[in-house]
Amino acid sequence: MSTQTAVLVAGGDTKSQRRLHRDSNRPTGRKNSTYPRWFYLPAGVFYFVLFIVPTGASFYFALTRWTLFDVEFIGFDNFIAFFNEQALVQSFINTFIYAFLTSSAKVVLGMALGLLLASQILGRGFLRSVIFFPVLVSTIGVGVTFKALMDPFDGVINQALATIGIAGPGWLTDPAWALISVALVDIWKGVGLATLIYLAGIAAIPQEYSEAARVDGANAWNNFWHITLPLLRPATATVVLLSLIGGLRSFDLIWTMTKGGPGFSSDVIASMIYKQYQSGFFGLSTAGNVILFVVVAAVVFPLFAWLNRGEKDL
Amino acid sequence: MSATRTRRMAMLSVAGVSALALALTGCTAGGSENEDGSVTLSVLVDNGESTVTLFDALGEAFTEANPDITIDVETRPPGAEGDNLIKTKLSTGEMNDVFFYNTGSLLQALNPDDTLVNLSEEEWVGTLDENFAESAGTDDAIYGAPGGSSMGGVMLYNKDIYAELGLEIPKTWDEFMANNQKILDSGVAAPVIQTYADTWSSQLFVLGDFYNVSAEDPDWAAEYTANNRKYAEEPALHGFEDLQAVHDAGYLNEDFASATYDDGVRMISEGAGAHYPMLTFAAPAISANYPDAVDTVGAFPIPGRDASKNGLTVWMPSALYIPKSTEGATLDAAKKFLAFVASTDGCDVMNEQAAPTGPYVVEGCELPEEVPALVSDMQPYFDSGDTGLALEFVSPVKGPALEQLTVTAGSGIDTAESAAAKYDEDVKKQAQQLGLEGW
Repeated sequence: MSTQTAVLVAGGDTKSQRRLHRDSNRPTGRKNSTYPRWFYLPAGVFYFVLFIVPTGASFYFALTRWTLFDVEFIGFDNFIAFFNEQALVQSFINTFIYAFLTSSAKVVLGMALGLLLASQILGRGFLRSVIFFPVLVSTIGVGVTFKALMDPFDGVINQALATIGIAGPGWLTDPAWALISVALVDIWKGVGLATLIYLAGIAAIPQEYSEAARVDGANAWNNFWHITLPLLRPATATVVLLSLIGGLRSFDLIWTMTKGGPGFSSDVIASMIYKQYQSGFFGLSTAGNVILFVVVAAVVFPLFAWLNRGEKDL
Repeated sequence: MSATRTRRMAMLSVAGVSALALALTGCTAGGSENEDGSVTLSVLVDNGESTVTLFDALGEAFTEANPDITIDVETRPPGAEGDNLIKTKLSTGEMNDVFFYNTGSLLQALNPDDTLVNLSEEEWVGTLDENFAESAGTDDAIYGAPGGSSMGGVMLYNKDIYAELGLEIPKTWDEFMANNQKILDSGVAAPVIQTYADTWSSQLFVLGDFYNVSAEDPDWAAEYTANNRKYAEEPALHGFEDLQAVHDAGYLNEDFASATYDDGVRMISEGAGAHYPMLTFAAPAISANYPDAVDTVGAFPIPGRDASKNGLTVWMPSALYIPKSTEGATLDAAKKFLAFVASTDGCDVMNEQAAPTGPYVVEGCELPEEVPALVSDMQPYFDSGDTGLALEFVSPVKGPALEQLTVTAGSGIDTAESAAAKYDEDVKKQAQQLGLEGW
């Protein structure tokens, strides 16, 4: 199969030539494939019914006014309505603030913690599991817990701050703080995974490089800047992509902690879509999902290409 | 590729697809008629504690009178999540035999003419209060049997604080604000309680003000449905302005942004706050959790601009409905159950279970002798006829973002004018979704 596709994609040759190629390649192609082609069928059917069909359907329903009871085709009105939504502009900005804040913090903190936990320090195994532990806890559980901790009057955080004479803000009730507070919790919860990816990346760097550099008189900083950091590029790419995609479509933590409030000050695209869906505007919320799909793709694909560009040079 | 292989492939794919289809559709709701001729009715209610105990009791009393019918109470989440569940169940034909749901605009969103069984031929329909009959049906039909008593959208107030400071019940907004200032100056309590952690509780200044709106402009609701009236204009704007005014004057409880409805009930009962705009459905919670406060917490209508037009905004109770998917012996049993709930026997069970929230909407149903003060305080308004239905019972137009917008206007994030204008935009979507004329 792979050879065949390669030949087809290569292009440039005439139709007859291509047929020639294909005919000559076919027997080998089949021999190379481990399984008969109909082995792909069950997975193919699943993929088609559970992914392709709903995706196609969502593009259609995005163009309708859909009450579940009946469907009316209204063209692009849903998209117009979505972009006229007063809170939408704010939620777009919030989504990007949230995504960039969380993913950049995870890169910086994840790398720092990765470097620390890769070195020979006391209780390394224990510290590694402590850092990773929040990743294992359910997001809803984390959200509910931090909502209680961040209560402006009875919460542990502000009570602790009060003992040292600081009046803590209304973490989740002050519109200026709400989004940042949720982002901080997201970072706390997600940094363990970033650390783990960096630990694996650091372990994959051969010791010889730094030994050779040390012979050449490089200090620790040179070592980090010229060897570790460039060679960690694949790990960084993974962390950035994972956390950026996660941040752009983040919903569960925000919904548990603030429900987008107070007012609309911590609303992101995903929570806006959810609210439209809750209100029974099924066509409108589907249109929102299509927009989210396009936005995530528009941000992630170029980024993916850019981050992976340098990989071959290593 | 040989012929047998092709056939086998085709068979396999057919089997695969049909297995998937089966898995995806799931099993349809089974009939609930048992072999011995008895019927089990599945009733879907919201998971509020008082609702569940009420329907358990109603079911028990009903089965006592009709031994061949048993009631099986199933619960659903409240709020928007529940709305969605109801819509999904109705549109897929998976709805329980009977379900309990709001009257008014939320009922209209269910497309009742297509999805529910018309009950206008039932005997008990004649005993219903006219307002309720309008809220639980459409122009052509009646679909619901009342599962509770009516409610008022009121200003709850702490009578002890009023007595201590020698205050009088305000008839106008200015008198209300003057009272608030006296309470603030005295330092005994927060003048006005707001609980924005439960965003829905922020809507009362706007929704409970509707008597005042229609007192000033009797055609407001009909014109609003036709897209000729706006919240950003007088008189409806007052609700938003009031919300902003109590915040800007510093009358709110310190923790208004993080307090919950339960906190609000506690504060008004214990005297930590003097006023709490709320529905009288707080009555069961007060009598169950703060029995000492039953006579302390009173109610008065949310004051408007004109003392001569002082009156109460009233909410109709939720109702029991039968979906069209209920048929045969189950349908007969369901109709019997609704007739029981909408009878004086039904009200007796309700009176035993919890403190009523206001007068009943079924002829012959009486409130018990002892009711919480906040319920008896409403009676004079009902007696003199100074009551009006809340907007959601006279117009299907209600925007989903009202509770967020009232929070922004009531906590200084946005101004009253701007929040009201945003709400006018918000309702547009609902009106279009309902296919109303003029939007």
